Amino acid sequence: MTTPYQDRPLPGPMLDTSTTPFFEAAKEGRLMIARCTQCRQPHWYPRPLCPYCLGDTAWETASGRGTVYSYSVARRMGPVPYAMAYVRLEEGVTMLTNIVDADLDTIHIDQPVEVTFKPMEDGWMMPMFRPVEGQTDAA
Amino acid sequence: MTEIDLRRRACIVGAFEHPTRKAPDKTSAQLHAECARGALEDAGLTLSDVDGYFCAVDTPGLGAIDMAEYLGLNPRHMDTTELGGASYLSHVSHSVQAIAANKCDVALITLAGRPRSAGGGIGATGPYISPDTPDLPWERPYGWAPAPMYALAAMRHMHEFGTTSAQLAAVRVAASLHAQYNPNAMLQTPVTVEEVLASPMISDPLHKLDCCVISDGGGALIVARPEIARSLARPVVNVLGAGEAYKGYLRGQVDVSWSAAALSGPRAFAAAGVSPQDIQYASLYDSFTIAVIMQLEDLGFCAKGEGGRFVEEGNLIAGQGRLPFNTDGGGLCNNHPEHRGGITKVIEAVRQLRGEANREVQVPGCTLAVASGLGGMIGGRHATSTLILERE
Ligand SMILES: [Zn+2]
Repeated sequence: MTTPYQDRPLPGPMLDTSTTPFFEAAKEGRLMIARCTQCRQPHWYPRPLCPYCLGDTAWETASGRGTVYSYSVARRMGPVPYAMAYVRLEEGVTMLTNIVDADLDTIHIDQPVEVTFKPMEDGWMMPMFRPVEGQTDAA
Repeated sequence: MTEIDLRRRACIVGAFEHPTRKAPDKTSAQLHAECARGALEDAGLTLSDVDGYFCAVDTPGLGAIDMAEYLGLNPRHMDTTELGGASYLSHVSHSVQAIAANKCDVALITLAGRPRSAGGGIGATGPYISPDTPDLPWERPYGWAPAPMYALAAMRHMHEFGTTSAQLAAVRVAASLHAQYNPNAMLQTPVTVEEVLASPMISDPLHKLDCCVISDGGGALIVARPEIARSLARPVVNVLGAGEAYKGYLRGQVDVSWSAAALSGPRAFAAAGVSPQDIQYASLYDSFTIAVIMQLEDLGFCAKGEGGRFVEEGNLIAGQGRLPFNTDGGGLCNNHPEHRGGITKVIEAVRQLRGEANREVQVPGCTLAVASGLGGMIGGRHATSTLILERE
């Protein structure tokens, strides 16, 4: 069985003062995470106040590399199937995302993936992840 | 600091599950009122006895305000605690606290809604998620919805513990065996593991029959102080213990192998002074089969990772298993009104403790039961509320 990835229309992002820097960076091909300026912990999803200590946070560019922590191919939740996933980033946080540009039936836990960006309405972009070609799973 | 001992400080004296599963010709407010009437009749009390009102966001209008008007209530205590499907178990817990504090004597709790008549597919949520919910910008574009979010936990559970699709299906099979004796159940035909596995895949690894029903309807509960409970004609059901918990993305340290029930359960058992081994019946939140397996583990009925095997051995089936569950058919087969199974979990536990469950599924001499509610999504952010109930 194969389930080819298909693009699906993505509404524009929900923009406010907390989210706009993230989506401006995504437009430029960068995945941003937030890290606390006080306790130095990164967290996900990004917030202006740190969920460990309520200190102020700052944006930083993530490597965009990670591994699949869990996934599910949603087969009847919309016009086309899509692969919901949690990806563990090298920076040590795990984010909800989609796995794209792959046969969705080959996705598996611990699979190495890298960030890519898929178009939303009005020229905005959403970070998603695709398998890293030729790389074997982490031990 | 240890909690104040609230054991047996209040009792569930009225419980009513609306028999409708589809109500195109009724309003949501009307369903709330019919549930309130049913629970008061069940208790042998009247509207003027009610001095406390508890509800969640499924009430049409602004919290308790508009339904208090509609119902003609004159409450001296109100509580609109909103914890999704867990709300109504927390309402029971909070009403015990209010009664112990002399804030009210007779508390009414209502849930109702009509998502089936209003439309909306598998895993739909209620209409009341505010657009500025801070998590949504990083969830909604990815197709965030209940089925895939529960599926993320199921897939990881399989990976970590070897849980199988057949074990998930066994939850549905047990629920369907119970539902055949419930004339109000939406789905009354028993199913087999093979039929669950042959049903369409919704979101890997969850099949259609791993998902609960979508139903109109609702329910209501009356909680009263013990002196009132003992003056009524009904068997007395004490609230012995309660616990609540929240668990989400863990600030990015995501671990979906356990649910908030691993926190709320021990809190409830500690407050009640009993252990999971003492429990004779369990109402477990069953929006999806994986939730049942995880609650069994997290509430301490089996070791972590053993939930699938526990179910596969038939332990949930009334008349043969060690822990009969959801003997009304649960959300999987009977009823999941307003996408929220919380109140029906309490209602069936009360039926079991009164000896009023359907004859074929009644647990003989049932004196101690657990009811477990969950609001939100087990693979994401969610709250749980656990109640320990006792037949006096
Ligand atoms: Zn911090």
